[in-house]
Amino acid sequence: MRALVEQSINLYAAILLIVSFAMISQRRILSLVHLYTAQGVTLVLATLTVAGLTRQPDLYVSAALTAVLKVIVIPLGLHRIIDRMNVRWDVEPLLNIPMTMLVGIVLVVFSFNLAMPISQLSSSIARGTLGIALACVLLSFMMMIVRAKAIPQVIGFLAMENGLFFAATAATNGMPMIVELGIALDVLVGVLILSVFMFQIREQFDSLDIRHLEQLRDDGKDER
Amino acid sequence: MTADPVVLLALLIAVPIFGGMALAFLGHSRRGPGINVAFSGLTLLVAAALTTEVVQGGPVLGLGERFFIDPLNAFLVALTALVGFTTALFSRPYMRIERERGKMTGPRMRLFHSMYQLFIAMMLVALTTNNLGVLWVAMEAATLTTVLLVSVYRTPASLEAAWKYFILCGVGIAQALFGTLLLYLAADRVIGGGEGALLWTHLAAVKAQLEPNILALAFVFLLVGYGTKVGLVPLHNWLPDAHAEGPTPISAVLSGLLLNVALYAILRCKVLADGAMTNGLPGRSMIGFGILSVVVAAFFLRRQRDAKRMFAYSSIEHMGLMTFAFGLGGPVANFAGLLHMTVHSLTKSAIFFAVGHAAQRAGSQMMDDIRGLLAAGPTLGWGLLLGSLSILGVPPFGVFTSEFLILTSAMRQLPWAAPVLLLALGVAFAAVFARVQSMVFGDSNLPPVRHPPALLPVFVHLGLVLMLGLYVPPFLAGWYRQAAALIGG
Amino acid sequence: MTISGAVAQLLEIALALAGAPLLLGWVDQCRARLQNRRAPPLVQPYRVLRKLFNKESVVADSASALFRMAPYAKFGCMTLACAIVPTVSTDLPLATAADAIALVGLFALARTCLALAAMDIGTAFGGMGARRDMLIGFLAEPALLMTLFCVSLITHSTSLANMVETMNRRPFGLEPSLAFAGIAFTIVSLAENTRIPVDNPATHLELTMIHEALVLEYSGRHLAMLEWAASLKMFAYSCIGLALFFPWGIAEIDTPLAMITAVPVLAFKLAIGGVGLALIETISAKMRIFRVPEYLATAFLLAVIGLLVHQLLGA
Repeated sequence: MRALVEQSINLYAAILLIVSFAMISQRRILSLVHLYTAQGVTLVLATLTVAGLTRQPDLYVSAALTAVLKVIVIPLGLHRIIDRMNVRWDVEPLLNIPMTMLVGIVLVVFSFNLAMPISQLSSSIARGTLGIALACVLLSFMMMIVRAKAIPQVIGFLAMENGLFFAATAATNGMPMIVELGIALDVLVGVLILSVFMFQIREQFDSLDIRHLEQLRDDGKDER
Repeated sequence: MTADPVVLLALLIAVPIFGGMALAFLGHSRRGPGINVAFSGLTLLVAAALTTEVVQGGPVLGLGERFFIDPLNAFLVALTALVGFTTALFSRPYMRIERERGKMTGPRMRLFHSMYQLFIAMMLVALTTNNLGVLWVAMEAATLTTVLLVSVYRTPASLEAAWKYFILCGVGIAQALFGTLLLYLAADRVIGGGEGALLWTHLAAVKAQLEPNILALAFVFLLVGYGTKVGLVPLHNWLPDAHAEGPTPISAVLSGLLLNVALYAILRCKVLADGAMTNGLPGRSMIGFGILSVVVAAFFLRRQRDAKRMFAYSSIEHMGLMTFAFGLGGPVANFAGLLHMTVHSLTKSAIFFAVGHAAQRAGSQMMDDIRGLLAAGPTLGWGLLLGSLSILGVPPFGVFTSEFLILTSAMRQLPWAAPVLLLALGVAFAAVFARVQSMVFGDSNLPPVRHPPALLPVFVHLGLVLMLGLYVPPFLAGWYRQAAALIGG
Repeated sequence: MTISGAVAQLLEIALALAGAPLLLGWVDQCRARLQNRRAPPLVQPYRVLRKLFNKESVVADSASALFRMAPYAKFGCMTLACAIVPTVSTDLPLATAADAIALVGLFALARTCLALAAMDIGTAFGGMGARRDMLIGFLAEPALLMTLFCVSLITHSTSLANMVETMNRRPFGLEPSLAFAGIAFTIVSLAENTRIPVDNPATHLELTMIHEALVLEYSGRHLAMLEWAASLKMFAYSCIGLALFFPWGIAEIDTPLAMITAVPVLAFKLAIGGVGLALIETISAKMRIFRVPEYLATAFLLAVIGLLVHQLLGA
């Protein structure tokens, strides 16, 4: 039974990786938000499993915090933003999707290689999953780069933070409580600020296309 | 009179936080700027008292080892409080004029003043905390407080600048979080988990036992992450935009204070990494980033037409120089780096004060539109001229001393780097001086403004820099030496 | 070559030849029931085959020998494929002829023959169908290979018989790499067997055809062979999937009598698989042809991720 539970952490890690991949190959913004929620749920389950296996009460609190923040509050906020701003459904990728997926595979191989020597040194229960966490971070980073709209960039940012949280759970059985609280607060405030931002951008440009925000340049030819 | 340093520490953080909350309600009133100055002044007094305690009594560990003040961050705390106070003084008339011109409204003034105080609070937390995780949280919080301020004018350019700032710094700081995590992993193996594993004092005590592989990877992530906030090339894209589009007081504190705190974070991690690794990787990577930043920034300086953007690139250049110095290591280079941190902070904020007022009078930030400052307002013109000469490393200002020390250490330890740096500094000198000359001399076409500019801070800063160039007081020199020894390398 | 081995081999071939149209009929029935239509009888494919065999085969004047040979070639390849895949037993004398990689090669041979034959006549639809089929095959083959590699990495062998035996003996556990390989395999088999969401096997509109366009020119016994070969292909793919991911019930070398129970077990598993296939076909819509490369790229990526996850996690 215990072996099965330990294996379930590997399953959660694999699901996280798949969700990250699915995010970079999505065409619709609404499904991005759903995938982010799925990521949050997987994180909560993984944290609960690690908490149960290592008997650390801190991790239960951390799991509860993640559940409230990443499964309920932030997706609700994103849904509200999408509704209020009548965002068009298309994600507008700057790089076509099969190419994005190929680059994603390269990133995954790279992060697995990078994490291999370290995960052998870790003593935590889910150490093999550090590579997957790093891969999720890099995939979200790539998603931020190859998307031309504001909301996918924001979701990429949040997904990157999810990957880091999973890395913390995987490699070190969770960071100290105060750090986790601080990070959660930062994420919440960050999302609030970003939503304020998006309203301002929308007001100014009548669209959430990031390519409007490329006017400042360094070749002395900026349009002011 | 000796006060308990722990109480002073608590006050140091509590005063600006309380100020931020108070100004959230009172910031828009006529007395708002004055209240801002009062809180900053109080913070300065507490910081001065705390610093004297540390100088006399030695390092302080407070609140269950969660806070820690040693020679390295003591002078940074004092510097932060000082520049915070003078910038608050500067922003009083500056923001009044902006308000009259309609660029700032009541709610925005509330936001500005409360976020300003919170920003100072977060920086002080980042400087005094012993917990590397809390350091990360405070750095992120400091970014968050200023993000909304960069876009406070609501122009398309300022929105773009603020968005870039948030996204780029956010991504950067996520890398730093990963680095912190790896540090925690390394510490976990040696001293066990829990909160103690992230305390810098604990880690410094066992740094030789930390696993070199993990530390190497951790340092790379931390350097890239916090280096984004320092403005190292190629991660610097947010810096010129944020400085140019935000209100001038924010440019002053960003350049003068936030970059320093980010560099301080890198230094703390470098101490740990150097202790664990023997191959000098941290130093070499810092040298590489430093030289790259200096050279790239110097060449970009020439193409700028906006005054604040140009001085933002100058900040990148000087932060690169400091990173280079700390990468070199050794007592002289570290001393020079610390001195440079101080004088750069004071000079750059003074320049931004002067440029801010000049731009306000001319109604535009473009250097082509600002002419004849000496004729229009002698104090303003002299402030800008002396400030520019100072930042370009003209003796007898302090920047010359630190740059001289850095270059001589480079010539001793890394001979090929010295001519490269000299060339870059020369290019920067030519570019900046030509521009400043055209701004300062000649006939003036600037309309007068109603409120007299607050130029006292400019001259106080420049005076301090001049003094540091001619004569470093013994307690300060001793302090720098202790901090340099702490950084080691 | 033992007696039990020979018996197992012959049983497999007979089962495949007889049962493949039945599987097709079952899938059609399930689909009809799910879509609230009246279902055709289960033996309908047999009737179609009998009808076609009794009809005259009309061949164009410009057709070459390739055109006449292709149906037999494909039929032969498919029969051999069904003979190699361990459906009821792993004790197959012919299994030494081909391992997993050669199996993929068999499918490729069949596909090439048919594509060439379709282009042989020179009609527009034949060429178009050939091109589309090759596109799908070109992308599906790497994905299929990756899936097989994933499983062979776990079982340390590329021979299908060894794979099945090793998988049978492993303790039950949650293995994400196998899950990913399974999903990838499902996507690939949907594409290769010309099912919705890649291709509609019942379409009459030539411009939407992929596989149907290839057999447009055939009639009579040639068409019968091709239809039978298509159902054999689906049977083979289903059996590969079952053998790799649900190998319980397949007899092994030392338990020949287990073959008796293996046949009903196989029938049961195929029945469930058929329901699943009908469900997928009913839920999905046919995707536009330029989306098919993305779809297959997803399968490839899933298989690669499964491989990498296995390497990293050992699971």
